[in-house]
Amino acid sequence: MGQTGQRGYVPPPAEDEIKAAVGDVGSRIPPKMRRKQAPALPELSEPETLTHYMHLSQQTFGFDSGINVGVGTCTMKYSPKVNEELCRMPQFADIHPLQDESTTQGILEVMYTLSSWLEEITGMDQVSLHGGGGSHGVFTNVCMMRAYHKFNKELEQRTEVIVPLLSHPCNPSSAATAGFKVITLEPDEVTGCPDIEALKVAASEHTAAMMLTDPYDTGVFDSNIEEYVKIIHEVGGLVLLDQANANSILGVTRAGDMGADMCQVNLHKSFSSPHAGMGPGSGPVCVKEKFAKFLPVPIVEFDGKKYHLNYDRPHSIGKTRSFLGNIQCVLRAYAWIMSLGAEGLREVAEIAVINNNYIMKKVSDVRGLSLPYAKGHHRMQEARFSWDQLKKDTGLGTADLNRRIVDFGVASYFESHHPWVVPEPMTPEPTEAVSKADLDRFCQMIHQLSDEAYNTPELIKTAPHNGAIGAIDPTPMEDIKKTALTWNAFLKRRGKE
Amino acid sequence: MQHKAKRSVATGLLQAKPIVHPYIPNSVPEIKESMLKEIGVERAEELYADIPKKFVMKRRLNLPKPSPEYEIRKRTMALLSKNKSFYEMPSFLGAGCWPHYVPAVCDEIMGRGEFLTSYAGNEYIDLGRFQALFEFQSMIGELVGLDAVSWPMYDWASTCGEAVRMASRITGRQQILVPRTINPERLSVMKNYSQSLLDVKPVNYDRDTGQLDVEDLKNKISSNTAAVYIENPSYLGFIEAQGDQISDIAHDHGALSIVGVEPLSLGVLAAPGGYGADIVVGEGQPLGVHMNYGGGVMGILACRDEERFVAEMPTILLTITTTQDKTEEQYGFNWWALSKRLHYESREKGKSFTGTNAALWGIGAAVFMALLGPQGIRELGETIMQKSHYAMKLLSDIGRIKTPLFDSAHFEEFTVNFDGTGKTVRSVNNALLKGDIQGGKDLTTEFPELGKTALYCVTEVHSKDQIDKLATLLKKIVRGKR
Repeated sequence: MGQTGQRGYVPPPAEDEIKAAVGDVGSRIPPKMRRKQAPALPELSEPETLTHYMHLSQQTFGFDSGINVGVGTCTMKYSPKVNEELCRMPQFADIHPLQDESTTQGILEVMYTLSSWLEEITGMDQVSLHGGGGSHGVFTNVCMMRAYHKFNKELEQRTEVIVPLLSHPCNPSSAATAGFKVITLEPDEVTGCPDIEALKVAASEHTAAMMLTDPYDTGVFDSNIEEYVKIIHEVGGLVLLDQANANSILGVTRAGDMGADMCQVNLHKSFSSPHAGMGPGSGPVCVKEKFAKFLPVPIVEFDGKKYHLNYDRPHSIGKTRSFLGNIQCVLRAYAWIMSLGAEGLREVAEIAVINNNYIMKKVSDVRGLSLPYAKGHHRMQEARFSWDQLKKDTGLGTADLNRRIVDFGVASYFESHHPWVVPEPMTPEPTEAVSKADLDRFCQMIHQLSDEAYNTPELIKTAPHNGAIGAIDPTPMEDIKKTALTWNAFLKRRGKE
Repeated sequence: MQHKAKRSVATGLLQAKPIVHPYIPNSVPEIKESMLKEIGVERAEELYADIPKKFVMKRRLNLPKPSPEYEIRKRTMALLSKNKSFYEMPSFLGAGCWPHYVPAVCDEIMGRGEFLTSYAGNEYIDLGRFQALFEFQSMIGELVGLDAVSWPMYDWASTCGEAVRMASRITGRQQILVPRTINPERLSVMKNYSQSLLDVKPVNYDRDTGQLDVEDLKNKISSNTAAVYIENPSYLGFIEAQGDQISDIAHDHGALSIVGVEPLSLGVLAAPGGYGADIVVGEGQPLGVHMNYGGGVMGILACRDEERFVAEMPTILLTITTTQDKTEEQYGFNWWALSKRLHYESREKGKSFTGTNAALWGIGAAVFMALLGPQGIRELGETIMQKSHYAMKLLSDIGRIKTPLFDSAHFEEFTVNFDGTGKTVRSVNNALLKGDIQGGKDLTTEFPELGKTALYCVTEVHSKDQIDKLATLLKKIVRGKR
C-alpha cells in the first residue's frame, strides 16, 4: 500500500555525538538474530494515513454515531467528552506504573477514592481495580475463591462451581479455566430462574462456589438470591455475583447487602468508560473483608497524608494481568460519579429501568414477537425478546432482521449468548442515555421489521441495502480452511482456490 | 463504615428533589412521568418490585454531591497535576511498559468517537473498525513472521497465560519450561492462568551472558513438555541469541516454541517465526499507545497458520471474507470466526473466558505501524539501540557501577549493578528523584542473585542531554558518602 519511499512518521533520531560514540550498534546483534528482510508494512505519508483511518472510523457505528439501543448486556451509554480530555493530560497519559509514589499522588488519590466509592456502591469492604475487563474481573474473583479454599485446605474437596445457565458465559468459563467442574442449573420455563430444589441437590461439600449474574441478561431480577446465598453458605461455598448489569440497580440495592462474597463491576458499562471497540475495559473486583487478603497486588492505601501501593500481601493471588489495571477507565469512572453524585446514580438506574420497561410496553403488540419468562413482571436494564413466532410464520429469523435493521441507520442489536434457550432472541438495552424520542423511533423500527417480514419478506432476505457493504460470504467464519486472519493468509488461500 | 440515611424511604421519595442531568435525557420530570404512565406505574420504585424489600436501600449512597463539568475538570486537572509525566521528569523505567513517543495521528484516530464508543457491532455497521483491526493483525503478522494473528488481548502477561494453555491443548502435555529470567509479574499471571493444570518450571541462565542454559533445558525437557517459552529481548534486556537452537530442542521433543517480544525490536531483530517460534506473544503498548499508568498495555498473539493451531486460539478471531455478490466483489470482515471455540457459544467448554480486551489499542497500533512503514520501524529500532548503548557506555565509564551485567547484545533495557557503590538501588533512586530523574526498576527483590541491580530503559524519547544528566547525577551519587 502506498508508494515506495513514502513515510508518515520520522522518529526522533539519535544525536550525532551519540552515533559517533557507539558506532554501528547493529553489528552487535548476533548475525542470525538480525532482521534480514524488512516487514511489508505500508509506505504512506502522514495525511494519507490519517485519511485512510478517518474513513474507516466513518464506517464504524459507536454510541456517538446514533441510535444504539439494541446492544443488550453491553450497557451502551454516553461517555462524557470531558473525561477524555482528562485522560489525554500528559500527567496521566505519559506516566509509568512503576514511578515513585511521590510523583503519582494525584492518580493514586483518584484510584483510592474510586475504590472507596465502589465499596459504598456495591456494599463490599475492599476493592481492587486490577481487572482488565468484566470477564477478567470475574476470573480474578475465581482465582481468589480458589485461593480461599486452598488457604482453608479444602481445595481438593471443593471441585465444583454451580452456575445458572442464564448467567453470563464468562462465569462458567472462568471456573473451568481455574480447573473447576461446572454444574449448570437450567432456568425454570415460567420464571427464568433456577429451581431452588435443583440448587439444593447440586450444593454439597464439593461446592466451591455459586456464580450468579443478577439481574440476568434477560433483565429478570432473581428474587431467590437470599435463598441461594443461604444454601451455598451452609455447605461452605462462596457466592460470586456478576454485576455487569449493575446499571439498573445503582443506589437501589447492593451485592454486599444481598450476601455476595465477591462481585465485579464493569467500568466500561455501568460507569461510562467508553467500550473502545471491545476494550480496554475495566472490571474492579469487590470483596467482603474476609477475602481482602487474597486481592491482587498492589492495593492503594492512604495513611492520612500520602497514598501508597502496598505490595506486601503474603496471601495475595499475585497478579492476573500486568501492573495496576486499566487506569484510564478508573479516571473516567471517577469523573462520571463526581458528575452524578448519589442522586444522579439513582436517577441513572431508574431511568435505565423506565426506558427498558417503556420499550417492553411499546413493542408488546408487535406481531411475531414475544417476551418469554416472568410474565407480568417488570424487567431491569434489558429484556430478551423472541422472534420465534415470526420465524415460524415467515421463515425469517432474528439474524435476518438484524441485517435489515442497519438499513434504518441504527446499530444492529444483540441477539443472545448461547445456548439460545430463548429462541430467535433479540436483547435490546436502552440505558439512561437514550431519549424518549429515540426510544420511540427504535420501537417503530421493531414494528416495521415485523411488518416487512410478513408483507415484504424479500426486502429482509436481501438486506442490508444501505450498509457500507452488501451481504458477506459466511464460509470463512465456519470453515477453518477458509478462515484468513491476515492478508498473507488470505493471499495463500486465494492461491489455492 | 458508618452511613447516615439522609432521607427516609417512608416518604417514598428518595429523590426528594428531581435531578435533571445532562447525561440523562429522560430525567426531565415531565418526560419521566409520562413514561411511567405509559408503563402503567406511578413511581419508579414500583419497577423494582422483584427485589426483596429487605435488600432495597433505605438511604442514599454516601457519595459527594453532583458537580458541574467545569468543577470536574478543574478539580481533576489539579489532582492530576500532582503527577509528574515523562515530559517533566525523564524516566528510565520500562519492565513491560515503555516510554515511546505517540504520534498525534494515533491519538486523533483512537480518539474518534466512532471507534472509541463502538462495542460488539457486526460486519455491516462496523466494517471500518474490523478493517482497521484486520490491518493490525496483518501488520503484526509481518513483524513476527507468522500468518495467524488474533484480535488484541489484555496484555503480554495474560496472553502468555493463554499461550501456554493453548500449547497444552495442542500437544496434550502439561509441562511448561520458562527462563529463570522471565518477568516475575508475567510468571505470576501465567501461574494464575494455569493453576494446578500445568506445571511451570524455570530453566537456568548463564550468569555471565544471561543466555538460557541450553544444557539445563535439555535436562529438564521431557515427553510431557508442552512448550518452551523464551522472551526476546529478555526481561533483563539482553537479546537471546539461541532462538533457533531453543526452538529445535523444543521441536525435537515434540514440544512447541513460544517467544515473547517487544514488537518495536522487530525492526532490527529477526522475526521469531523465522527461528522456529510456533506461537508468538508480546506487548503491543510500544506501538502507538500511551503508557496510561500501565493501562496502555495490549497483548499480541500470533501462531502458525495451520489448522491445529488456529483451532486452539483462545479469543476472538477476525477473518477477512468477501461479499456474496461477486459482480462487484468487496472485502468484508467478520469477528466471529470459528465461534464454537468461544465461551460465548460453548460456555465452560470454550477455550478461554476472555471478553472485552484491548481492541482500541489495536487500532492505534495499526495507525502507528502504517505511519512507520518498513523504513521507520528499522530506524526506530536502530535509534533505540544507539541511545541505550550510549547510556550503558556512559554509566559504565563512571566506575563502581557495572552495566550491563550480562555480556550480550541489548536492545532498549539493561541491568545496572550498584554493588560496587555500597548503595542500594532505592537510595540511588531517591537521590536521582531529587534531581528530577526517575531511575530504573529495582530488581533487588525479584532477582536477589543479581545483588543491588536495577533495570534501566532508554528509548528514542531520551535525549542526549537527559542521558548525560543521568550519568552526571549518578556519578555524584555513587562517589558521595557511603
